[in-house]
Order: sequence, then C-alpha cells, then structure tokens
Amino acid sequence: MSTSVEPRGWAKAALHVNGWFVYMFFYAPIVLLVIYSFSNSRNVGTWGGFTLDWYRDFFDSSNARGALSNSVKIAIFSTIISVVLGTMAALSLERFTFRGKKVFDALLYLPIIIPDVTMAVMMLLFFGEFFDVLDALFGLGLRKGFWSISISHIAFNISFVSVVVRARLAGMDTDLEEAAIDLYASRWKAFRYVTFPQIVPGIAGGALLAMTLSLDDVVITQFVAGPGWTTLPVYVFGLIRKGVTPLINAVSVTMLVVSMLLVVLSIVAQRVRRSG
Amino acid sequence: MTSAVELSGITKRFGDVVAVDNVDLSIADGEFFAMLGPSGCGKTTTLRLIAGLEFPTEGSLSIFGQEVGTLTPDKRPVNTVFQNYALFPHLTVLENVGFGLKMQGIDKETTRRRSMEMIELVQLDGLAERKPSQMSGGQQQRVALARALVNQPKVLLLDEPLGALDLKLRQEMQLELKKLQRDVGISFVFVTHDQEEALTMSDRIAVMDDGKLLQVATPEEIYERPANRFVADFIGQTNLLEGTVSDSETVILENGVSVRAKNGFSAGTHVAVSLRPERAHIQSQGEFEEGWSHVNGFVETVTYLGNALIYGIKLDWMDLEVREENHPGVELYKPGAEITVSWDPDAISVVSD
Repeated sequence: MSTSVEPRGWAKAALHVNGWFVYMFFYAPIVLLVIYSFSNSRNVGTWGGFTLDWYRDFFDSSNARGALSNSVKIAIFSTIISVVLGTMAALSLERFTFRGKKVFDALLYLPIIIPDVTMAVMMLLFFGEFFDVLDALFGLGLRKGFWSISISHIAFNISFVSVVVRARLAGMDTDLEEAAIDLYASRWKAFRYVTFPQIVPGIAGGALLAMTLSLDDVVITQFVAGPGWTTLPVYVFGLIRKGVTPLINAVSVTMLVVSMLLVVLSIVAQRVRRSG
Repeated sequence: MTSAVELSGITKRFGDVVAVDNVDLSIADGEFFAMLGPSGCGKTTTLRLIAGLEFPTEGSLSIFGQEVGTLTPDKRPVNTVFQNYALFPHLTVLENVGFGLKMQGIDKETTRRRSMEMIELVQLDGLAERKPSQMSGGQQQRVALARALVNQPKVLLLDEPLGALDLKLRQEMQLELKKLQRDVGISFVFVTHDQEEALTMSDRIAVMDDGKLLQVATPEEIYERPANRFVADFIGQTNLLEGTVSDSETVILENGVSVRAKNGFSAGTHVAVSLRPERAHIQSQGEFEEGWSHVNGFVETVTYLGNALIYGIKLDWMDLEVREENHPGVELYKPGAEITVSWDPDAISVVSD
C-alpha cells in the first residue's frame, strides 16, 4: 500500500516523533487532571492515594448541584430555540432567493468570528438597556439570570446550528423535493416526509454542538448572569479564586466527560447519512 | 380527438434568457414522443412546463383539453421520471413507489397492493424492502418508473431517462421502455440529447434548438426530409454541400457544378445539399451509375469498422465522408486513390438555414 509520496527514512521517523509530541501536548494535562481528581490530598499535584471523596463533595454541595441544574436547564432551552431558528435560517439560505440574502448570509456567521469578550460586552450592554426598556414599558422588572443567559446562548448557537444544517442541505438534491411535489405532496408534506428526514442528522449534529457550547461557555455567561444565577463553568471559575482544590478537578472531569460524549454523538449523528 | 398535451404559443423566460420561445406542439394520446436537442436547447424546460415544475411566461398549455398552465404538479394528471431518478434515499422501494398514493390520501391497504403490483410489473419482485442505495442503476430506473406509473398518470414525462446507464443496459432499457409504454397505453414524453435513442424509440420526434421548435415529425421524416440545416446536421451523420438554388430541380454547388436536387426554394437562395455518408457511393474515377450526380476526388483516409468502411474523401473545395458496407466482392480503395463519388438524386435533401 505504500506510495511514492509517503515519507521514508528519517523523515518518517521524525513524523512519528512529531505525532507523539502533539498528542502529549494535547492530552498530558487532561490525563493529569483526571488522575489528580482521584487523589486523596488537599494539595493539587501531590498524590495522596485513591479516593472518590472529591466527586462525593461535588455531588453533595448544594451550590454545585444548583449550578449544574442551571447549566442543564439553559443548555436544553437554548438548544431547542436555536435549533428551530438555525434550521429555518439554513433552509431559507439554501432553498430560497430573496433581497438581502448575501448580507443575511454574511451576518449569520458573525457570532462565530467575533471574540467572546466582545460578544459578552455587547450582550451586557444590550440587556442593561433592553430590560430597562421592558421594565419602563410593561413594568416587567426582569432581572438578569435564566433569560439573559439563554438569549445570549441562543444568539451564538443559531450560527453554529445553521452552518451544520446548511452543509447537510447543500448535499441534498433539490430533485428530491421536486419529485415529492410531482407525487402530490404539498410544500409542507414535501418538507415533512422528504426534506426533514434527509436533514435530521444535520439537525441532531447541530443540536448536540449547540448543547456543548452552551454547557461550556464561561465568558459570555459570566457577563450576563445575574446574582443567584451561576452555571457550572462559572461556578468552577469562582472556586479557583478561593484556592485550587481537587474538587475543581472532579468538576472539570465531569464536564469534560459530558462534553466529549456530546461531541462524539454529534459526529456520529452527522455520519449517519453515508450509511443510510 | 383532443391531444394528450397541447402547447400553444408557449414562452418561458428566466430573467433575460428565453428558454422556450413561442412553441406550438401537440402530442397525441398513446404516443411515444421524444424531445431532442443539444443541452440548453429548452427541451428540459418544456418538459418541466408540462409537469408543472415551471410555469409559462406566455401561452397556453392544456392536458386532455384542460388548461393547466398555472396549476401546481399535484393538480395535473402527469408524473415525472427524473434525470437521476430522485428516489427518496431514506425510504424503501415499496415506500418510494407508494409515496404518491400516500400523499393522495389513499388507504394503506390499497397503497400497498397497488405498489406491489407495480413493483412486479417492472420486475423488481423480492426487492421491495431494499433501499435505493442498495440497487444498481438499472434497478433504480425501474423504481423511478414504478413510482410514477403507480399513480396512473395520463401522460408520463421522462427527463433523460437512460442518460445515467451504460451502453448495454441503455439498449436493453430502450426496448423495455417501449414495451412498457405499449402495455400501459399512455403517452410517454421523453427528453434526450441522444439522436440515436430518439430515432429508435419514438413515434414522433420534436427537434429543438435555442428555445425554438425546429421540426416535429416521425423519425423517418426527420431523417429523410430534415426541415433545416440544423436538423440535418444534428440527426445522424451528413455531408452538407453548400450551393445556390438554380430552379426547383437544380442546385449549383460551390465549385460551379450543377446537380439535380428537388427543392422548394426560390432561385438564388443559399442552400446546402445534405448527402448522408451511406447514400453516397464511390467508384474508380469516371465511373458512376447512369443518371446519378457525381463529383471527382481522391481518398484521404480509410477507417475500417468491420461491417463497413468510412472513407474520408478530399474534393477540390471540401471534404466528404462516405460509408460503404463491407461485403465480399466490394472494391477497397487505398488512401490516394482517385475516385468518383456519386449518389441517387432522390437520396438527398436540400436544406437552408
């Protein structure tokens, strides 16, 4: 199977070393983190024997549990909304022509490229004004918390969802929709029975990606979260200020495992098409 | 009798581009009708207009006497076999075939029964539970046919139905399509860019170019009496000998030689004499059949096809191609041989632009 463009001799050896080097660079910190989360010692970095105490502390702490439940609520809510809006945006961009389409297309990618801090400051300003206006007009007295965090997460997740769904739609022939309409399907039925089943893997992939991003976000969430509303990553960030304990390791490992599961699921979902 | 499909003054514009230009066309019930032309000639757009996937900019379109110009596809008694079949990849063969019936709200039991009957008709028994991706090109083609025919359309539209198949399979499917059309007895309107396919399969052919309908006739008429230069050139092989009309019986070729050629053009019209390679005959120089038209030249190339020989002939003012059947006793000429090309004056046609 070897071809003439494959590296040979010292070049091949160097590439191997490079490969291992890169893996070490990536994963050594993660391995350390996982190991020390089981360490029975208050000092991070000294091994004091195996224990599950830190994990127990994490699940016993009402603050941590509260933050976890906040994170999950926001992740689920913002994912649902951004999947619906993102999929609709993807459909409109792939299947229709309208005035200002190019501008809409370019603007849709903006949340992916602007730095988190910029987005966070924008959101902070926006909610400061917006909630005041709502308060003045309707006397709602909204406070920062669930709604402000969710809306912020929806704002950047729409972009990611629509990118993923669009890639899927682009790979689907418009022929299929025409065939459905030729076979007596209404527009809606053509979507329901033909387009939707075709793009489900893309939607699922986008949803899992959105959920991961929502669960992991610190910067934006920290800016727009109000008092009493902490998500898990923000809680971890807060713990560090009080001193690093292996509890943080345990929390981080838990988040890591959940995130990795979601990413793997997202990849699997997007691959389904090839076998289907 | 009302036609199955009737187009009058149909024009379709996409922005500034005129895809179909003022087409009048009438397709009879039970006819195998081909729309032939080079890519971009408007044949597919015409088919899509009949299907209802596009709406005409101008003109009227009726199916069995009912005006359908702006009706959506679901309100027309026609179904389409798409170019790459457009089978639903997530559905089985049975579900693909039953899709149209399901959308029309026909009950599950009937849908299943009629779908199975249709699957049997196209000889896919036993494959009902397969997914399209698990089938060969030829089988997918049959699924597409079954999926359209199960709805009992009054007209079946086919967009380059055999384009994606290899040569051998294509020839098999040509015969099969023809048989299927006789069995179901409805009109098949099919689009193709392959003139041979159109000639073999159709009862009548419409030749299109640049959005315009050039000629509608039987394969024989199209081949023997092409309406103009484009049709003569596009259908089959031909030599076009440029000339000017002298009278209704005579054309003066570019080199000044008069040849007998019945034509309907007025004197002085610039025309071309269309001489098919197999209608010309070569003999040693100076020999030709009594009463036949003839020109002198020499053999430049010889291509051996087994059953025939193709001679490339150099005349003083142009090149010709002549096809001679290869059978025992036929004289073979070598490159450089001086010869006379002759032809029966009734075997040619005269065309203008």
